[in-house]
Amino acid sequence: MLEGFKRFTSNKGAAIGLFILLIVILTAVLGPLIYSDSPWRMVQRPFLPPFTVDGLPLGTDALGRDVMAGLVHGARVSLLVGLVSTVVALVIGVPIGAAAGYFGGLVDDALMRFTEFFQTIPSFALAIVLLAIFQPSLFYVILAIAVVSWPPVARLVRGEVLSLRSREYVEAATLSGQSTFQIITRQILPNALPPIIVLASLMVATAILLESSLSFLGLGDPNVMSWGYMIGTARTVIRTAWWLSFIPGVAILLTVLAMNLIGEGLNDALNPRLSRKSR
Amino acid sequence: MIRFILARLVKAAVILLAIMIFNFLLIHAAPGDPAAVMAGEAGATDEKFIADLRARFGLDQPFAVQLWTYVKATVQLDLGYSYRQSMPVIDLIWQRLPATILLTMTAFVIALVLGVIAGVLAASKQGTWWDTVISTLALLFYATPLFWVALMASLLFSVVLGWLPGYGYQTIGANYTGIDRVLDIGKHLILPATTLGLFFMAVYMRMTRASMLEMSRLDFVKTARAKGLSNGVIQRRHVLRNALLPVITLAGLQAGQIVGGAVLTETVFAWPGIGRLLFEAINQRDYSVLLGVFFVSAAMVLLFNLITDILYVLVDPRIRLG
Repeated sequence: MLEGFKRFTSNKGAAIGLFILLIVILTAVLGPLIYSDSPWRMVQRPFLPPFTVDGLPLGTDALGRDVMAGLVHGARVSLLVGLVSTVVALVIGVPIGAAAGYFGGLVDDALMRFTEFFQTIPSFALAIVLLAIFQPSLFYVILAIAVVSWPPVARLVRGEVLSLRSREYVEAATLSGQSTFQIITRQILPNALPPIIVLASLMVATAILLESSLSFLGLGDPNVMSWGYMIGTARTVIRTAWWLSFIPGVAILLTVLAMNLIGEGLNDALNPRLSRKSR
Repeated sequence: MIRFILARLVKAAVILLAIMIFNFLLIHAAPGDPAAVMAGEAGATDEKFIADLRARFGLDQPFAVQLWTYVKATVQLDLGYSYRQSMPVIDLIWQRLPATILLTMTAFVIALVLGVIAGVLAASKQGTWWDTVISTLALLFYATPLFWVALMASLLFSVVLGWLPGYGYQTIGANYTGIDRVLDIGKHLILPATTLGLFFMAVYMRMTRASMLEMSRLDFVKTARAKGLSNGVIQRRHVLRNALLPVITLAGLQAGQIVGGAVLTETVFAWPGIGRLLFEAINQRDYSVLLGVFFVSAAMVLLFNLITDILYVLVDPRIRLG
C-alpha cells in the first residue's frame, strides 16, 4: 500500500489531478466563508463582463447575481453530490455483488439479471424520469444518480469475490467457524478494495457530470446554486453573454478531469500488474 | 446465427417486460393517486381526464389486474394520451423517433470509426507526440460535459463563424426536395452528431489503444511475425480484429448513454427527436410522455445491444455460428 502511494505521487497526471482537486475542495470549503452572502442575491446591474468591476471578478449574470459567488457555491454542490451519490452507489452495489459472487448459483443468477436490467435501461433517461416524478431536491438528485450508477460496482465486486472466495485463507476462516458475514466483510472485501477504490474515484467524476446535466435540464434542487444550473439559465443569452455559459463549464471540465486523472493514477498505483499490461 | 438472434430477442423481450413493470411501479411509488400523477399539472383540473386515467389503469381493481391492464396496453403500444399535446403518446413518439435514430446512429458511427482510427494511430505510434496529442484530447473529451460542448460548438461554428446551422433539423421554409433535402438535413446533422459522438469517441479511442497494445504482446502475434507476415497485415488482420472485441462490448454497454446523451444534444440544438420531447415533457410535467419516451428509449438501447451482439459474432474469429 505504501509502495502504491509512492507510485501514485510520482505519476504526473495524478499529481496534476490532485492539485486541481485540492483547489476545488478549498474553494468548496473556504469559498462560502468569503462569499457568505446567498449566491442568489442580486448585487449589481446584469451582464457585467468579467474583470470589469472591482469586487466582481467574473461579473454578473442575467439577473445581476455574482458569477464568482455562484461558482464557489456550485463547487460545494458538485463535490457533495459526487461524493455522496458514489457512497450510496457503493452501499447498493457492494452487497449485491458480494452476495452474487459468494453464494453463486441461483442467487448469482437472480442478482446478476437484476443488475443487467439496471445496466440496460438508459441511465440518464431513468434519472430524469425519477427526478421528474419525485420532485427535484438534493436528496433525490443524489438518490437518482446512485440508482443509475451502482451496476458496475456490483459486477466488479462479484468478479473479485468470485476469484477470492476459493483462496486458502478464506477456507481457513470457514474452518475456524467464522460466519459468512464475517468472512465476506473481514476476509474477502478488504482484499477486493483496490479496484473498488479506483472505480469509486471514476464514479465521482461521472456523478459530477450527471449532476450538472440534470441541473442543466432544470432537474436540480431549485434551492442550491450549481454549475449545471448556471449554464442552463445562461443558455438563452449565449449570443450576447457567452462567458456566462463558458465559465461554469470550465469549472465542471476541470473538476471531472481532476477526478479522472486521480482515478487513473490510483489504478496504476494499486493495480501495478494491470497497468503495466495496458501500457 | 438465426438461433442466436432469436435467443437475444427473447432476452430483450423479457427486459422490455421488466421495464413495463418498473414503469408501472414507478407511477404507484410516486406521491399521490396514480391518475393524478399521470395527469400531472396538465389535467389536474380536468375531472373527465382523470376519470379516463382511472379507468385506463383500472384503479378500482386489484393490484395484479391493474398491472395486467397496464402491460397489455403497453404491449399494444398504447402508451397513453398526452393531454398537453392533445395526441396519443405513441403518435408523438413515432413523429420524433426517426430524427433521434438518425442522430444517435450517426453519432455512434462517427464515435466508433474515429475512435478506433485514433486508437490504432495512438497505439502504433506509442510514445510519440501523436500518441500524446491523441491521448490528451481523449482525456479532455472524456471530462467535458456534453451539453456544454454542444453549446460551445453551436456558439463557435454557428453564431461566430456561421459555417453550420446550429438549430433544428432542416432550413425552415426552404422546402427542399430530393437530394437538396438530404444535404440540408445532413448539414444540420453535423454539429449535433459530432458533439454527441465526442465523448464516446474518447471512450472507444482509449479502449482501442489499450487493447491494441495488449494484443500486440500475445503469442499469436509472434507466430504471425515468424510466419513472415508483413507488419501491416498483422496489425490489421490479427491485432485489430481481436482488439476490437472489447471495444464492441463496451459500445453495447454504452448504448444507453448515447440515447441519454441525445436528450442533452437535442435540447441544445432544438433537434426534433424524442430527447427533445422528453425535455418538453419534463417542463410540462407530462408523465405519460415521460414514461413513454423512457420505454421507447429502452427499446432503442436493446436494439443497439442486439446490433453490437451481432457485430461481435461477425468480428470474433473464435466464434463461428452455423
